[in-house]
Amino acid sequence: MTPKKIPSEIPAVDSKANSVLREIMSGDPVRIGLSILLGFFIGAVFMVVFNEDVVKSWSNFGADPSYALSTVWWTIQDGYGALFSGSVFNLGADNFIDGIRPLTETLRFAAPLIMAGLGVALTFRVGLFNIGATGQIMVGLAGATFVSTRLHMPAIIHMLVAVLAAVLCAMVWGIIVGILKARTGAHEVIVTIMMNYVATSLFTFFLRNPGMLLEASGGGTPKSDHPDGTAKLGALLGPDFNLHYGLILAVLAVFIYWWLMERSTFGYRFRMVGHNATAARAAGIKVENTFIWALAISAAFAGLAAANQGLSLDGGLTTSIEAGIGFDAITVALLGGSRAGGVVMAGLLFGAFKAGSSSMQFAGVSPEVLGVVKALIVLFIAAPPIIRALYRLPVPGPKIYEAAKKAKEAKVIK
Amino acid sequence: MSKIEVTPGMFSKVEAKPSFKTAITLLSSALVVFVFFGLLGKAGDVKFVWSDKRELIQLPQWVISSTTLCLTVGGLLLAIAAVSLWLAIREKKTPVWLVAVFGLLAMFALLGWLATGATQGVQMVFILSNTLVLAIPLILGGMAGIMSERVGVVNIAIEGQLLTGAFVSSVVGTMTGNLYLGLVSAMIASGLLSMALASLAIKYLVDQIIIGVLLNVLVIGVTNFLHSAWLDNDSAHLNFPGTFDKISIPFLSDIPVIGQVLFDNRITVYLMFIIVPVLWFVLFRTRLGLRARAVGEHPLAADTVGINVAMTRFWWVTIGGMIAGLGGAALTIGNVGSFGREMSGGQGFIALAVVILGRWQPIYVTLSALLFGFTIILRIWANQVSPGIPVDLITMVPYLVTLVAVAGFAGKVKAPAASGQPYIKG
Repeated sequence: MTPKKIPSEIPAVDSKANSVLREIMSGDPVRIGLSILLGFFIGAVFMVVFNEDVVKSWSNFGADPSYALSTVWWTIQDGYGALFSGSVFNLGADNFIDGIRPLTETLRFAAPLIMAGLGVALTFRVGLFNIGATGQIMVGLAGATFVSTRLHMPAIIHMLVAVLAAVLCAMVWGIIVGILKARTGAHEVIVTIMMNYVATSLFTFFLRNPGMLLEASGGGTPKSDHPDGTAKLGALLGPDFNLHYGLILAVLAVFIYWWLMERSTFGYRFRMVGHNATAARAAGIKVENTFIWALAISAAFAGLAAANQGLSLDGGLTTSIEAGIGFDAITVALLGGSRAGGVVMAGLLFGAFKAGSSSMQFAGVSPEVLGVVKALIVLFIAAPPIIRALYRLPVPGPKIYEAAKKAKEAKVIK
Repeated sequence: MSKIEVTPGMFSKVEAKPSFKTAITLLSSALVVFVFFGLLGKAGDVKFVWSDKRELIQLPQWVISSTTLCLTVGGLLLAIAAVSLWLAIREKKTPVWLVAVFGLLAMFALLGWLATGATQGVQMVFILSNTLVLAIPLILGGMAGIMSERVGVVNIAIEGQLLTGAFVSSVVGTMTGNLYLGLVSAMIASGLLSMALASLAIKYLVDQIIIGVLLNVLVIGVTNFLHSAWLDNDSAHLNFPGTFDKISIPFLSDIPVIGQVLFDNRITVYLMFIIVPVLWFVLFRTRLGLRARAVGEHPLAADTVGINVAMTRFWWVTIGGMIAGLGGAALTIGNVGSFGREMSGGQGFIALAVVILGRWQPIYVTLSALLFGFTIILRIWANQVSPGIPVDLITMVPYLVTLVAVAGFAGKVKAPAASGQPYIKG
């Protein structure tokens, strides 16, 4: 099987990349499970090797081997135990509300990851590799912050207008990428990287400018006022929890994404272009316009994530509110196989990592280890050959696709 | 040696037509300088300081009225834009050196405009030498980008390669007390990372962009963890390598301005002076380079004439990664003196942009990297000489320039035709 080259009128869409994306998307649960397991295992190795107690106890292993082994066990238990109690249920809590709070924190952190992840996932399905969520979130934040701090409106309307502003601003950013891609053939990876930097500088510029977003008591630091109470995403479960209406936005986003991609003609066109742009063109689909639409809608999801970040804080905003969500969105989309359900699960997993990191810190285990775990899980999932080779699933080698095809044929015959 | 020229994109089907895009871009920038800096700019004198106080030969300072300077330079820029327009009408391309001259003149006007009325003036030596030092990681990262894209492998992992080099050089340099050992191990570590990229991309056909992004995420994750869980516990013995001593080249370093900027530097800078021309020579003047370019442009044709596509790709990506590792070392033991969390801060991604801006050609890539280095130092310096200037807008300029370049407004920019496409021997 040789990859068919698409004529260069449609630059940078080659069917090879798409078939890899398809393979990632095909999301065989066994492989995903093994990848997650292996990711956590290697993470544990990192925790143990760089733990001072363990190193000390192993330096006189001969004197007390059982102690040395137990320090290994305790380190892992401390680390992942703290992760569990910080992100799912705190077993040491006095009452149920305190016990369940970690879970609501996980949901709170997962919401923006899911929304931005859906945006990136959508472009994957169209065969585009869009890493511009960071920039779209920045621009969306600028829009949301302008509405929430500079305009004054009645309660719920203000919040809705602010969300809309975030979505529209982000969409503008996405459409620029789409137009550059469709009209000039510029590669979307480079364009989105550049647009991320431009957006970050632009947002900082707005935050520094007293006429635009700088706080009223403006000092030297680029920081906005806190959003009006009327524009804020209110608490969802009462004052005991930090969880806010951003979660509802995320649920809506998931539903919209699912309907758009799986049920609408629009999504059918997207998927068709993603599968084979040449065939789609032959079938009369305007591939260039599809790119622009895909990037615009993808940016809208990033805009929702921006609204979630910009309208949920009590204090003023700085650029740090973006919190790496735009970049994490790529890993979320990859791990989730670009499907609505998968993105939700991946977002929840990474949300749990974010929620649990403070309690890991508290337990004396560096939460940075989660960054390693996260990277490894997605690496194993995105690079099927690694996990196949490690678990000796089928034959690795350049003919892997033929092997997979043969296996499939054999199955059919059976 | 054969005379066949292999140029980027020679096998891609997009037609190259001379267009007015370059001329229009130049004309609009020239107008900005002439009208905005010149006619509407602040009136006042600007002082250009050419020599450090400790230099042997002192050049006189140069004081000029800001308006005169910006109008003169603006006029020259308009003239260059007119030449470019004339060439476009006659269906000829604007030569790259003319664009470079244009850029230098525009920078000069920008510096003058910013420093109008500032007491310390424009300290040319400070600005130029910092531009060079800050551009080193970008240049070396860019060379890594050229080496892998020229053979048809897209390298998004430059960021990870730089970060690996920075981390390893700092730790090994501190633990062994030998910075040269740190430099070598940085290259080896980064080379190993590139081997992972190369084998996954070439042998296992994993999507090159995805694997690049994920290797970046992995390196960021691992170095962040090691930084907080290991280095921070005992940074004096693990992360305190110091920097290379500056080496002054006798006689050459006494030349005014140029001597201080070019010939009074750390070894990382001198290595860059060697690597860039060598890579240019290998790529365009040797059989090895011709083969590499053939692999990147048309792997099937290269394979037909007996070139081992997979091995060529593997070794070029790996050696490129080693050079990027050197660039990472330039961040720590070549400049700052210790490893900081995520200290490459997106420079690997800028290196990607630099590769495109420099059209996959080592010399041009170096010049584009210097442009980015210049904006980094400009942001710091502009804040000192004229507070209140919108530095964020200046920061944006190189990214916008890159966008304009990728969108094809600055002449044709063509990637090697097979870049990003895996080759499966049939």
